[in-house]
Amino acid sequence: MKAAMGYLAGLLFGLGLAISGMTDPARVLGFLDIAGAWDPTLMFVLGGAVVTTFIGYRLVWRRGAPLVGKAFQLPSRRDIDARLLGGAALFGIGWGLSGYCPGPAFASIGGLSAPLAAMLVAMLAGWYLARRW
Amino acid sequence: MEWSASLHGLAGGVLIGLSATWLMGSLGRIAGISGILSSLVFERPRGDSAWRLTFLLGLISGPLLVMALGGGLGNVAGQGAGAVIGDPAGGVGLMVVAGLLVGLGTGIGSGCTSGHGVCGLSRLSPRSLMATLTFLIMAMVTVYVVRHLLGGGA
Repeated sequence: MKAAMGYLAGLLFGLGLAISGMTDPARVLGFLDIAGAWDPTLMFVLGGAVVTTFIGYRLVWRRGAPLVGKAFQLPSRRDIDARLLGGAALFGIGWGLSGYCPGPAFASIGGLSAPLAAMLVAMLAGWYLARRW
Repeated sequence: MEWSASLHGLAGGVLIGLSATWLMGSLGRIAGISGILSSLVFERPRGDSAWRLTFLLGLISGPLLVMALGGGLGNVAGQGAGAVIGDPAGGVGLMVVAGLLVGLGTGIGSGCTSGHGVCGLSRLSPRSLMATLTFLIMAMVTVYVVRHLLGGGA
């Protein structure tokens, strides 16, 4: 049951990435290139996703518990520390160099190429290093 | 401005929001891709690995389904209807550097565009707001340096 629920969530996410054009690094880099021919697509993607999730979360939280499991598992930290901001800064540089964040990079496996494979393997290496930092 | 591209973006964004809502409502979990993928690979928690694996299979099958439907729903920039997955922006060398930074950064910073950007902002988390502003600004600065100061590359 949990596996089927997870698959449906992943499928919706993957459809969203494909239909929005986020599986195209050129669209992402076009949004990040504010001094060039700016492409607003990502703004609509993030806006649509955040508004939908904001409303959706509040509707499901009203139930008090998820369909499976006892409680919603939410991060509780509220402090802003150097790891959070330093990590986000490193991620931003990598995102700006490639136009790939983890979701679109992984969702694009159906169009696998040598550069994408290199991106995914290096990303795994980065997570491995982060767990030892 | 291409209105059809923006409408595709909005529709896709709503689907991503429905995915995040469903994962919270069904399993009580945040839809953060870097966390789901890295914890599956490196921790494989008992009882919490199967849904992560099927989530990732679903994530791959989304674009494949759009391709199987003829690709007309895709939104790849500068290409005709039918394209769903765009080409990488650089070669293997650039992607190795970028991948290391993305993995290291999302690992240390506890999240990426989905976990911090979509789910965190929707929870009104101050950590996610600061992380999202930081990676957005750094990514814009990086693109500016690569495209306009160094003039070329990605």
